[in-house]
Amino acid sequence: MKGDYEAVIGLEIHVQMSTRTKMFCSCPVEFGAPPNQNTCPVCTGMPGVLPVINARAVEYAVKAALALGAKVNLKSVMARKNYFYPDLPKGYQISQYELPLAEGGQVVIETENGEKVIRLVRLHIEEDAGKLIHDEKGESLVDLNRAGTPLMEIVTMPDLSSPQEASAFMREVRKIMRYLGISEGDMEKGHLRCDANVSVRRRGEAQLGTKTEVKNMNSFRFVEKALEYEIRRQVQILEEGGEVVQETRLFDPSTGTTRSMRSKEEAHDYRYFPDPDLIPLVLDKNWVDRIEENLPELPRAKKERYIKELNLPPYDAGVLTETKEIAEFFEKVVAEGVSPKKASNWVMVEVMRIIKEKELNIRHLALSPSSLAKLIRMVEEGKLTGNMAKDVLDVCASTGKDPEEVAQEKGYEVLSDEGELESVVRKIVDEHPDEVQKYLSGKDKIIGWFVGQVMRELKGKADPRKAGELVRRILNEKKGS
Amino acid sequence: MDLYRLGAWQLRELLKKREVSPLEVVKALLQRIKEKDGRINAFLTVDEEGALEQARRSEALIQDVEQYPLAGVPVGIKDVLVTWGLRTTAGSRMLENFVPPYDATAVKRLKEAGAIIIGKLNMDEFAMGSSNENSAFGPVHNPYDLQRVPGGSSGGSAAAVAAGLVPVALGSDTGGSIRQPAAFCGIVGLKPTYGRVSRFGLIAFASSLDQVGPMTRNVRDAALLYRVISGHDPADSTSAQLPPHDVLDVVENSQSLKGLKIAVPWKELEGADEIVKDRFERVVETLRSLGAEVGEVEMPSFRYAVAVYYIIAPSEASSNLARYDGVKYGLRIEGEDLVDTYFKTRGRGFGREVKRRIMLGTYALSAGYYDAYYLKAQRVRTLIKQDFENVFAEHDLVIMPTSPTPAFKIGEKIQDPLTMYLNDIFTIPANLAGVPAISLPCGFSPEGLPVGFQFMGPLFKEDVLFAAAAAYEKARGEYFNRVAEI
Repeated sequence: MKGDYEAVIGLEIHVQMSTRTKMFCSCPVEFGAPPNQNTCPVCTGMPGVLPVINARAVEYAVKAALALGAKVNLKSVMARKNYFYPDLPKGYQISQYELPLAEGGQVVIETENGEKVIRLVRLHIEEDAGKLIHDEKGESLVDLNRAGTPLMEIVTMPDLSSPQEASAFMREVRKIMRYLGISEGDMEKGHLRCDANVSVRRRGEAQLGTKTEVKNMNSFRFVEKALEYEIRRQVQILEEGGEVVQETRLFDPSTGTTRSMRSKEEAHDYRYFPDPDLIPLVLDKNWVDRIEENLPELPRAKKERYIKELNLPPYDAGVLTETKEIAEFFEKVVAEGVSPKKASNWVMVEVMRIIKEKELNIRHLALSPSSLAKLIRMVEEGKLTGNMAKDVLDVCASTGKDPEEVAQEKGYEVLSDEGELESVVRKIVDEHPDEVQKYLSGKDKIIGWFVGQVMRELKGKADPRKAGELVRRILNEKKGS
Repeated sequence: MDLYRLGAWQLRELLKKREVSPLEVVKALLQRIKEKDGRINAFLTVDEEGALEQARRSEALIQDVEQYPLAGVPVGIKDVLVTWGLRTTAGSRMLENFVPPYDATAVKRLKEAGAIIIGKLNMDEFAMGSSNENSAFGPVHNPYDLQRVPGGSSGGSAAAVAAGLVPVALGSDTGGSIRQPAAFCGIVGLKPTYGRVSRFGLIAFASSLDQVGPMTRNVRDAALLYRVISGHDPADSTSAQLPPHDVLDVVENSQSLKGLKIAVPWKELEGADEIVKDRFERVVETLRSLGAEVGEVEMPSFRYAVAVYYIIAPSEASSNLARYDGVKYGLRIEGEDLVDTYFKTRGRGFGREVKRRIMLGTYALSAGYYDAYYLKAQRVRTLIKQDFENVFAEHDLVIMPTSPTPAFKIGEKIQDPLTMYLNDIFTIPANLAGVPAISLPCGFSPEGLPVGFQFMGPLFKEDVLFAAAAAYEKARGEYFNRVAEI
């Protein structure tokens, strides 16, 4: 960084929980419904209505807190955050303030300099606001479908020191949420949102610089772009002898810059106070313990296990644990008796190619892990060549058929009679004395050409490895004569 | 027979015997409203057609007293409880044309019990006031003296019941809004334990204090309505996990108060008028004659109750009333931009007292003031609760006058909020502590104005409250079942 500055970044992440219904009423949570369809008197803030908390949302947030190593408060308090905005039907948001659902915890991210621990301050639950839509006529329309959607807010310590770390943190959090099955984590759909507190200081200085809050970064790329811009902006101010102003800044994706939204003086006084409509949220310790016992294996633990117990290279382990579904698929293939490295190669290369081509979630792939295992075994046993297996795999992946059946339909079978293979090799060698001569004069690569001829003769039904061995043996016989 | 003089229980008996029909009852009351309400202004909305239709339908239900204990009985509803398809204003311009698409739980339970909703009753705007002068739709006149206030905020409910416009009504009580108007109008008013009756559909003033309750001309009618509206409601997270509370047998069988220990915090009653003190002393005599032991106790935190209340209630109100912004429903006055629209809508939609309390509450919750005001008030609220707990450790009930004065004149106090606020000095402690309280009539002033007193009991001990109330009613029956002659 210019002039040897370092950035200090803290994030506030909002995670939309994938509950079936809203936080305080039974309206469905869904993306893309016609405006104001999923609303009721409660989530539109009509007079006299009362909130009733969604137990599933609490359970999800407890899961998240435990997975992040946070301390779950057995008693927490819902609070009102008061401010006026047309997308906020009650004129306040039900959130948590003084006693959040959970405190502490950490997330480990991978950086260029190895692993780094990002400490968390707190995790709390709250409801989302609606949406304002500004139309061509210059009118603003309110859509309250999203109002009352359950959110989790996760606040970090200022432990992040670069935009890349910030986006790595977001990705890691998303991965964990997806593993837990509590959020779809789609940034474009707003399932994952983030605000950042950013300041810069000269490297080695103990005191923090004046921070700004950056909002509206709704993709991983924008998080990086916005923070890069903001850090550059602050450094430039300091380099020119100026002072950074404490304020809230809005990221504009079209220009890649941030601009002032409101100053510290204009900051809202949210007048938080405990929501008298909701009694304190008291959790049963046994219930929390049970959730903890039933937490799934998390991505980091899984990756380490793949490295240590399955002897996979760290790269493979990383790719396979990127999503829970891929890891589960891989583990099922291994459970069928396939060696981890072979299973890893097939899943990482072929299966991931197919799901990428088909733009499918692995869950919706017609190919079952046991079919893949069977296919791999067929190759190991020499019943199929690698190329045949890839063809078979493609068919299995779109039809769900058994690989043996597909191989049969395609007429794929490897010549198992070694005598027949040998006679074909001898025939080819005898028919091409010029090429034999080339081999004998040291052109080793010509073996490949011979194998090709053999394969053509046998219409691909030979095991190329075996054919190669035979070609070499028979050519070597010629050396002596 | 003057049907309008009959209470809910009496009407129910006649209806069951088929001596009258629901239609006759409803028509008699509609007639009474037409004749008298022009001078009282108790009703904001009379649902004439709806009531007649309900009356026709309730014909089929009146034999089934178990399922439909209120079949054919007309009920008035304070306009702070939302009614499906029936305009609900909360006494405010802001909601002048608001027609709710849902029923309050208390209203729904009345309907399910067969009751006929005859109309919506006037009140101080958003239940903020002690005189009903804060209604956007004009003050209510006390049927015992039309120059005087009926009390508030459930002034319309109290006046309507006292004047025989309805046999019974629902009110709401945040700092005395059921009990004080009940006392001013010579009727019975119950504020149940906080959490006993669902607040769903009760337009919120101060959520931690609001309770819905019956306003009637006798104790048994109060018990009847109370049984119907009480009990857990999953739509209200602060509603207690208890079934509907049946105290009708308690009321029926109560005679003597032998062994009942009643406490009077005499020191806190010094501010009461001489006439109120005198009538209250007679209550003490009556209770003693019924066998109760009446002794003095100290409840030193009571003197802070009004101050605490005017921090906590406006704080909650400032947040509860934020939803009236002209965006979704209710009044909207278009401004130049969003903020201007907010200012204009809220500026014209809310009355003076409501604005005053929104400002008070906004201030009390502001950064830098929160600890000194809101938090401090909550601590003192705990002390008030402890005062009750200490007294209830050795006593069954506490009694106090309901209000320090009988009904005052319209216009007398409206310019002086502080004096007005002090009118609730005896009723506020029960709200702050969440305990149940019932106001009963205990005679008249020399000018003929009703005077009331209240029993306060431990949390969820409404049965004790009703036992004492019923015994008192039997001893002083002349104060009950009265209809003001106007």
